[in-house]
Amino acid sequence: MFGYAGRILRIDLSTGKKRVNTLTEEVAKKYIGGIGLGMHLLLENSKPGTDPFGPDNPLVLATGPLSGTMAPTAGNGHAFVSKSPATNGLGEAKAHGFFGADLKRAGYDAVIFEQRAEKPVYAWIDDDNVQLLDAKHLWGKSPQETEDLVREDLGDYYIRVASIGMGGEKLSRVACVINDKTRAAGRTGMGAVMGSKNLKAIAVRGTYDVGVAKPEEFIEFVKMLHERMKGPAAAKYRTLGTALNVLVHNSLGALPTRNFTNATFEGAESVSGEYLNERFVAKIVGCSSCAMRCEHIAVVPEGPYKGTTTRVEYEPLWAFGPHCGVDRLDAIVKAMDLCNYYGLDSLSAGNIVGFAMDCYENGILTKEDADGIDLEFGNAEAMVEAVHRIGKREGLGDILAEGVKRAAEKIGKGAEKYANHIKGLEMTGYDIRGLKTAALGYAVSFRGADHNRHGAYGLDLKGTVDRFKFEKGRSKLVIEIEDLYTIIDSLIVCKFSRGTYYKGFEDLANYYTLATGIEMSAEELRLAGERISNLGRLFNVREGLTRKDDHLPPKVMSTPIPDDTVSKGSYITQKELDFMLDDYYASRGWTREGVPTLEKLKDLGLENLSYIAKEKIEKPGKK
Amino acid sequence: MSSIHARKFVSADPDKCVGCCVCEYACSFEKEKAFNPLKSRIRVVRLDTVINMSLACRLCEDAPCVTACPRDALTQSEETGVIMVDDDKCNGCGWCIEACDYGAIMLHPERKVVFMCDLCDGDPKCVEWCPEEALDYVTVDVLAQKARIAAVKKLFQEALKPKTT
Repeated sequence: MFGYAGRILRIDLSTGKKRVNTLTEEVAKKYIGGIGLGMHLLLENSKPGTDPFGPDNPLVLATGPLSGTMAPTAGNGHAFVSKSPATNGLGEAKAHGFFGADLKRAGYDAVIFEQRAEKPVYAWIDDDNVQLLDAKHLWGKSPQETEDLVREDLGDYYIRVASIGMGGEKLSRVACVINDKTRAAGRTGMGAVMGSKNLKAIAVRGTYDVGVAKPEEFIEFVKMLHERMKGPAAAKYRTLGTALNVLVHNSLGALPTRNFTNATFEGAESVSGEYLNERFVAKIVGCSSCAMRCEHIAVVPEGPYKGTTTRVEYEPLWAFGPHCGVDRLDAIVKAMDLCNYYGLDSLSAGNIVGFAMDCYENGILTKEDADGIDLEFGNAEAMVEAVHRIGKREGLGDILAEGVKRAAEKIGKGAEKYANHIKGLEMTGYDIRGLKTAALGYAVSFRGADHNRHGAYGLDLKGTVDRFKFEKGRSKLVIEIEDLYTIIDSLIVCKFSRGTYYKGFEDLANYYTLATGIEMSAEELRLAGERISNLGRLFNVREGLTRKDDHLPPKVMSTPIPDDTVSKGSYITQKELDFMLDDYYASRGWTREGVPTLEKLKDLGLENLSYIAKEKIEKPGKK
Repeated sequence: MSSIHARKFVSADPDKCVGCCVCEYACSFEKEKAFNPLKSRIRVVRLDTVINMSLACRLCEDAPCVTACPRDALTQSEETGVIMVDDDKCNGCGWCIEACDYGAIMLHPERKVVFMCDLCDGDPKCVEWCPEEALDYVTVDVLAQKARIAAVKKLFQEALKPKTT
């Protein structure tokens, strides 16, 4: 095979035994790679109702068909897929950097980690030589320390490492997996699944060539992408970076502030991308094979957190900044750095702190409950301290490490009114009260609250549609982007590069064929995208999620935007949501309960999974 | 033998290099028609997130690698300064690797021979591909000139600002 390695590695963590299965061309073409292949392997290798922390919940690590090639952004990606401890549905998270390329060079399209190691171990994948090594000395260490120690242990400084920190070890449901020091497979608690398996780290060294089917044409295609990446399609990421969003969202009344109390932030200027780049950004660096380079490395220039160095993106900046009412960039950078240190999804962690602050402001949590921390909105030091407590699971931090949904259940006293999540996953930095196309995308996303499953905010923010209302036909627009995004995450090209594929599916299908030699038309690739979107839904249906899980965060449905801004008064009613869902399900070819119909599954070549839908359609009430 | 002043080699500007490894892929593809950094003649070093630099052969005068080889497998081109390996003589013992201060010589992952940058016959592909224009194909004299000009520009940055009328 070209592009693909053609091999899937299985490691039984309880015995250390490994097996290698063949990846057939049929499966490869059907599920592409990344999250698509990962979901397929997860569905095949798990039973309904599995406990996310149980040994029989497999953790799938997948590369894409372009990983290990010179394909810009696509050459370096990997994805983790498993049942999520945050949502009890599908968990998936991608990361870029250098790790994925080495895994492909080691000769694997995917690795399935099965069962649970008795004691902490790390996996050492050295081409064909696969071992589980003792990780006792690594337990308690940060991912960054772990990476250095593993390289020392194994005596090779070019080894790539993906590992968990204390967050994953202590089964925090917002724990991530970090590779190459600052890159995180952040969302849906994949780090906690790794922790539950006593798997501290995965170290990889790959020495084999990665070949493509049509080398000369492939190189020409790559050259064209390099040119496009120097142009306007990627300009945002090369210049101010995603932090540019702060002032844009603020001016549009779409910047969730103080846990969705407001939609504009009076301190926006001092946490803006403009200010960040002028005062904090030391260098913009790139991942392996990338021609864009987006990674804004910030160094705190002065004050109590002076010298703190971390990668900054909009989402965590928003979560610790406007969302907590904090206007001090030094503390925001510190909090983000701590998330990397503890191995926490910085987006969810910031959400949790904002939630705790909201509870505190509303008298649900007292200073005593908060172990003496004054959790007022805007208290930068308290925010930093709270991240430490969540990371170590100390005091209130032990409850908060469960994520806002479960923390609210434990706290009680009506705390759930302040817990902004969907399916158990915390919100992201778009005030969807006034972005109603995006709101639909959030509600139906198979991994819970997320802008990266549909990108529908783009339609709202650019004014392509009237963002303050929802009308028939809007669902089709959301579905189109969803199916493109599942392909982006299966090829594992970086979403920041999405604008450089001018012809969408046509460009991506061509890219795929040049690399793999497998014929693929634009329509076939679109259909694969639809198939993978349905696969995510089917997994959730199998795990008992229903229409009522396609909900929106409480504040989005209860609190009209109060600010004097263009979005003033906007929020979403249950009636509107129901209208959106009916329209969406119908457009998808699903039942009114949101279950894919048997006809739809047949069209997508997923007849083998119709048993899942059949059972729910016949007995809709059964869990 | 050409003077060291005339020899051009591939040099990376650490301020511009972002550690993306595009040079490694371009090199391994050009030389071996494969995507594999282990077959690249130029290698990237990423010390931490902000310190990145790629390194290739610097064409030393009286190259220590040539002197070190016990089998006379290495010779240096009088014209360009490029180090050439006689694959029949080289047995991959690695003395040249030890002798090189820059880590610019590598042992091939499949064949028992060493390899290093050959400047792609005067048209280095890594320089052509580098998205940041961090790589230069230059002489030491030009490098010094460039550094000098950059330093003076920095000193007079206020005076050099475009005047608005």
